[in-house]
Amino acid sequence: MIYNKRLVLAHFWLAFAVFGAAILLGEWQMFIRSPLHGWLRNADLYYRSVTAHGTVMGYVFPTLVAMGFGYAFSELALRQPLIGTRWAWAGFYLIIVGTLGAAIPVGLGLDSVLYTFYPPMVGHASYYIGVVLVVVGSWIWVALMGVNLYAWKRAHRGAPVPLAMFATVAGAYLWAWTAVGAALELLFQLIPVALGWSSSINAGLARVLFSWTLHAIVYFWLMPAYIAFYTIVPRAIGGRLYSDTMARISFALFLVFAMPIGIHHLFADPQVGAGFKFLHSVFTAMVSVPTLLTVFTICASVEIASRLRGGKGAFGWVKALPWDNPQMLALALSFVMLGFGGAGGLINMSYQLNSTIHNTQWVTAHFHLIFAGAIVIMYFAIAYDLWPHLTGRAMGSLRLIRTQLWLWFIGMIVLTFPWHYAGLLGMPRRMAFYDYTAPGGDTEALTVIMSVVGGAILVVSAAIFLTVLWRNHRAPQIAPEPYTFSKPVHEPANLPWALNGLGLWVGLMIALTLTNYGFPIAQLMRLHEAQVPAVYVGGKP
Amino acid sequence: MVQPASELHGSADVAARIERRWGFAMLGIVSVLVAITIFMGLSTAMMPPSRVETIDPTTLHVSGEFAEANLGSVYEPDGSVTVHVIGQQYSFTPQCIVVPAETPVTFRVTSADVIHGMLVTGTNINAMVEPGFIATFKTSFDAPGDHLMPCHEFCGTGHEGMWANVRVVDKNAFTRLTSHARRATCDL
Ligand SMILES: [Cu+2]
Repeated sequence: MIYNKRLVLAHFWLAFAVFGAAILLGEWQMFIRSPLHGWLRNADLYYRSVTAHGTVMGYVFPTLVAMGFGYAFSELALRQPLIGTRWAWAGFYLIIVGTLGAAIPVGLGLDSVLYTFYPPMVGHASYYIGVVLVVVGSWIWVALMGVNLYAWKRAHRGAPVPLAMFATVAGAYLWAWTAVGAALELLFQLIPVALGWSSSINAGLARVLFSWTLHAIVYFWLMPAYIAFYTIVPRAIGGRLYSDTMARISFALFLVFAMPIGIHHLFADPQVGAGFKFLHSVFTAMVSVPTLLTVFTICASVEIASRLRGGKGAFGWVKALPWDNPQMLALALSFVMLGFGGAGGLINMSYQLNSTIHNTQWVTAHFHLIFAGAIVIMYFAIAYDLWPHLTGRAMGSLRLIRTQLWLWFIGMIVLTFPWHYAGLLGMPRRMAFYDYTAPGGDTEALTVIMSVVGGAILVVSAAIFLTVLWRNHRAPQIAPEPYTFSKPVHEPANLPWALNGLGLWVGLMIALTLTNYGFPIAQLMRLHEAQVPAVYVGGKP
Repeated sequence: MVQPASELHGSADVAARIERRWGFAMLGIVSVLVAITIFMGLSTAMMPPSRVETIDPTTLHVSGEFAEANLGSVYEPDGSVTVHVIGQQYSFTPQCIVVPAETPVTFRVTSADVIHGMLVTGTNINAMVEPGFIATFKTSFDAPGDHLMPCHEFCGTGHEGMWANVRVVDKNAFTRLTSHARRATCDL
């Protein structure tokens, strides 16, 4: 059972509340830059909005979901109350303080630096310090996940660590290490300049440090979704997990390969040599392996569920799946978006193809499909699965839940497919307005109008999601069945040392990061000529 | 998974074997993708900007290769063309770049203030323009025509107004342009 229900609910509700606000900003941005109106031409408002939308959706929302999910799953998987509840609340309040500290200067227009920071443009220090506090709050969670697993292992010597906890801790450690890159940039480069202690900054180095965080952060967002694939969905649809071992291998591989590949974001940058770009491209190809393993294992698990229900034939079993089950639906829609988004990702990482689409609307389309599409739809599924256990009340209309999931899928496709096309036409991302009268501009205008429609569908879907959760708090009380995780077809009796803990994989993660990032960072740190004057946005200290 | 032999049953073996096969198939696919990347990189020399070259953005206009008189396109003794461009909030200099078709062209680009980006629509020319560093890349244009060249990296509130043009002309026209001026731009 979940012992600290209030803690988990606090994290989820704050996460979904800021998500609800940020999605409105996203839709407003699409409307503002569409040709649908001729008024409100204030570019600064647009970039403030992008900064807020990105900060909330990139840092605050997924971090809170991962934390709430982690607290719930560590208690459910380890069957022990969370150790360090006070620390957990302290982390939660730090995130609130950090979010407010970051949001207020953004709202006042002192920090239109976008959420990826963009030095030598430097905003108000409060924004950067706020982001640091959010990260520090989440590091408390990382430590608590490690402490709780360690306590359990001491009490259960030699027993296999539950898969749900193995994966949760893997996600926590991945986050702890990937956040270091941005933390170094913030603490040693941006904050000193924002406070006026220094007036020059190495912008090229800042981008390299940020890329350390920028890629693996997506895998941190993705962890709860993958944990749900393995440990929630097969149980919820009456199937079995095809392989517990393969699940552990996938999570271990994410830990090792998600980290040292961020320089593929800098293929077009002049401050990184071609050798390291090539190295990161090769490693990026490797990170598709755990996803390919996951797709196989989950499809096999789903097939088992169907055959148990009487599904027959080579493909006939697909029809026999419980399509009215929201978990089944969420999984299927998530996989479709993961397929399109993943294919786009392989194109982005391809050393040569990347130059066609780098920094165009294509990239926005790609990461919205992966994160807002494949991952967030599983956040919804997680909430639907956990909510009755958190509130002790019955979940209402499944039909409404299915409608919500379908609307999210349709909205995401209508939003991102035109973006891909606009990117191929060469439309840059992150622009307040476009000149639709330029040659080819009318084609681009149509893509933006379609995205406005897609965004509107997403807003409706999000509103239904929040309504369903809210209504559950007033539903009739029930005594929910004990919470269970998917059972593997073959229960692991004992596991090799490497798959029953994360020591080996964390070691590999750190070692690979140092080899793949050490030299470029050391080289750039020695380039004093690359220190350039800071350009202050908003208020200079 | 290590299990005592007595606990192994047939279906576990089958499951593990199928899984292993899938694992190797996927590794094979990824290896092929990597091999293609390596082959393309070596055989067609398709490389992204590769050198780490620094420059002081505060003295660009005073002297050196990015001084105002040196911006734009010029024929090199070997018949190739070099283009020098500066990005700054919120324009490129020169604002209109003229280059010959079917000629090797080398771009040298840097920024005078913040980070900018440039892409030439309808081509795969794409580079980050960063203060303190020079982005160098080689290309060639197949046919005469006009291309847009937006700044693709957020560089401040005027970012959306930062566009340049690239005009590709045939070789003879370009030779005529450069015969009476050392540097060619299509700014009027
Ligand atoms: Cu710019």
